[in-house]
Amino acid sequence: MSLLAYGDTGWGDELFFATLMTIAVALAALLIGFILAAFFSTLKLSKNKILNLIGSFYTTIFRGVPELLVIYLFFFGGSGAVMYVAKIFGYDGYIEVNAFLTGAIAIGIISGAYSTEVFRGAIQSINRGQFEASEVLGFKKKIYYYKIIIPQMLRLALPNISNVWQITLKDTSLISVTGLVEIMRQSYIAAGSTRDPLFFYSFAAILYLFLTFLSMQLFNRLEKNYSKGY
Amino acid sequence: MDLMIESFPKLINATKLTIQLTLLSLFFGIFVGIFFAILRTSKNKIFYFISYYYSYIFRGTPLLVQIFLIYFGLAQVEWIRESFLWIFLKEPYSCAILAFTLNTGAYSSEIFRAAFETINRGVVEAAKSLGLNKVNIFFKVKLPIAIKQSLPAYGNEMILMLKGTSLASTVTLLDLTGVAKHIISTTFRPIEVFIVAGSIYLLMTFIIHNFIKFLEKKYDYN
Repeated sequence: MSLLAYGDTGWGDELFFATLMTIAVALAALLIGFILAAFFSTLKLSKNKILNLIGSFYTTIFRGVPELLVIYLFFFGGSGAVMYVAKIFGYDGYIEVNAFLTGAIAIGIISGAYSTEVFRGAIQSINRGQFEASEVLGFKKKIYYYKIIIPQMLRLALPNISNVWQITLKDTSLISVTGLVEIMRQSYIAAGSTRDPLFFYSFAAILYLFLTFLSMQLFNRLEKNYSKGY
Repeated sequence: MDLMIESFPKLINATKLTIQLTLLSLFFGIFVGIFFAILRTSKNKIFYFISYYYSYIFRGTPLLVQIFLIYFGLAQVEWIRESFLWIFLKEPYSCAILAFTLNTGAYSSEIFRAAFETINRGVVEAAKSLGLNKVNIFFKVKLPIAIKQSLPAYGNEMILMLKGTSLASTVTLLDLTGVAKHIISTTFRPIEVFIVAGSIYLLMTFIIHNFIKFLEKKYDYN
């Protein structure tokens, strides 16, 4: 237990901040994913075939290729792209891109591919009559989407959003390969320096279980709240 | 372009390991999944709890934690190092397969459980009144229906497992992702390698997807 002491003697505080980091990356990734999903689900739902194709291209690739490979692409590609730009301006050296940003973007793009499908499914499951009624009442497209379609959509999408969140949360463990100090990386460091991998990886598993349990409770509450009128 | 052509044979070679890991884990995982699905439907509370927490823990933690726990963690336990298990557990290959099997087993057990639960009671009662014994009811009646019911969800799980095998590269195995990472980190040209390796993965996903579709059609007797 002394291994988990808070302060210089143990790993308690390090692991606590690592947990916060995991939550921060996961939230940032989910948000990036939502923004991408809002965009790509509109593409997928549009009547234009080329736009449809672009949308399908995005979801197929990022749901079909391993997360780790995508992370490597952004980890090595990210600094490469920045270095390329820097070279144009005459700077010739190695630049390391912020690990948090690369991680959040990489996981966000993957999470966005799942969210796109969730959003698309939710919009499609809304009765056509709702769209027609909004139009008949003279609402502008922008307004009725925000005031009528999206609130209904959120209720239907919530269980699936919960799934996407769980996937995103677990995927953040893969960012540890880029050196960002989240739960997995911190456990790796602690396991290496104390030579007690069994303890620290078990503890990491408990932390993840705790996070997934907590978010499940939260989503159950949200679901209850959103389905009040039904 | 040169790099893409140059790295292609290396990546194809590494794909063999990826396929091997995927197929072996899925094969063992089916048995683990069915076993725990049966435990889950049993009336014995202890069996139920074991199955429930097994699936809860393996589905609630990242695969990376599981593979590290098995590969690095178990090596620390002395009685494991002295037992015959050590022959398997010192190899990253068998550790990876063990982790993948337990992981896919947890997800499959949920899929199979749901499939068993949706079997119409009338079918089982009909089988009973026809005089079939318990073993026959399970293998000849329940199991075929459950397999058919779980096909779409299990197809997804197969694709997830295929992607999951990329984590084998974190325990020194040179699978498709492992070799891709090696090439990227020596050439610093991630985009070309990503296109080639990604296409190979997409091709395999495509094959699995169509295989499941084919099976669904074959077992569709409505």
